[in-house]
Amino acid sequence: MSGLWILFRRELGQTWGRGGGPVLALTFFACVATLLPLAVGASPARLGSVAPGAAWLALALASLLSLERLFERDFEDGTLDLLALGPAPLEAVALAKGLAQWLANGAPLALLAPVVAVALGAGLSLVPMIFISALIGGLGLSFTGGIGAALSLGSRRGGVLIAVIVLPLFAPPVIFGAGVIDAYASGLDWRPALGFLSAYSLAALALGPLAMAAACRNALS
Amino acid sequence: MITGLHLENLAIRRGERLLFAGLCLDLGASEALALTGANGAGKTSLLRAIAGLIAPHEGCVRFAGAKGDLEPEDARSSGIHLLGHQDGLKSAGTAWDELLFQVRWTGGSEASARAACRLLDLERLLGLEVRKLSAGQRRRLALARLVASPRALWLLDEPMAPLDSERRHLFGHLMGEHLAAGGMIIAAVHDPLPIPVRRLDLVFS
Repeated sequence: MSGLWILFRRELGQTWGRGGGPVLALTFFACVATLLPLAVGASPARLGSVAPGAAWLALALASLLSLERLFERDFEDGTLDLLALGPAPLEAVALAKGLAQWLANGAPLALLAPVVAVALGAGLSLVPMIFISALIGGLGLSFTGGIGAALSLGSRRGGVLIAVIVLPLFAPPVIFGAGVIDAYASGLDWRPALGFLSAYSLAALALGPLAMAAACRNALS
Repeated sequence: MITGLHLENLAIRRGERLLFAGLCLDLGASEALALTGANGAGKTSLLRAIAGLIAPHEGCVRFAGAKGDLEPEDARSSGIHLLGHQDGLKSAGTAWDELLFQVRWTGGSEASARAACRLLDLERLLGLEVRKLSAGQRRRLALARLVASPRALWLLDEPMAPLDSERRHLFGHLMGEHLAAGGMIIAAVHDPLPIPVRRLDLVFS
């Protein structure tokens, strides 16, 4: 257990060393959101109606950015060999990596998401709901994203491959995440959507490490 | 603790090519094996197969403990050091941080890491980033992990290549101590090791 804790703390520290880490993802998130009014027009009525969905789309894209380095560096420099011969199985290693990815990238993005949505014209009353849905959804995005990152190990241009593998899997959290906010904004029952979003994230949390570990073993052999 | 290694009828295939087949080997406590052979003969693959990273095409790898056979998972998670060309040291981290993580991950402590640094004459280098170390210094840092966290079976891939003659002598001494304490070493080498060893020559097929 103490070994895993050491790994988790190291992974948290490493995210800052991975090409800017969270700062890069946050900047990308803000950039995509800024482009939206330029594309669909700046009229508040039109922007306000697409703001939650657009914020969720930008969130999904921004969480792709740091995935490429989640396993790739460790694979190239031999760290993955070392991790495979450590006190914990690779499944636990993948769990620690996914949680660190969520805390270091998903949580800052969840903090920025309400800011982006409000800037696009969403009402202030939506702020808590946007933060909560982005934080819960971010857990799912980190773990399904991790599966793509592990599957693309050893391929050239892994980043593009990850996006192609992972983006279809991001459809449910985008649907339910934007759905929560839409339902809440229009006074409908938002709990089913939040329930589905949570279910997706928990499923990703439970199954992601198994898939990541299997993909890592395959890449190492 | 691992007290014996048994390879039974081992065959390893990489892609289409069968590297070797029918390899049998018994290695006991305090024994060292020098693995020789041409480039591509399968030395690295054999080391990785023993470490469980490559699944053998045929045959099996067994680890013996004091009370019968060990579960391969247990043996590998607490009994094996694998040191290859890629040492897992992040070039952006400081030497001390990188070493300390590797040592603690493999079951050592901060105190044992410090002692290993003294032994390998690394103390002046610990504040430097790993990328600023020379190849030989970097290898010494990687070797410090072996000394700092006690694991019975060392699987080494060309461990001596970047070391100068004085450090080769020192490392020979450290390997001798490891064997004297009941450890085992399998090293893929081209130059002779400075300790008494058995030899296994893999033939390029």
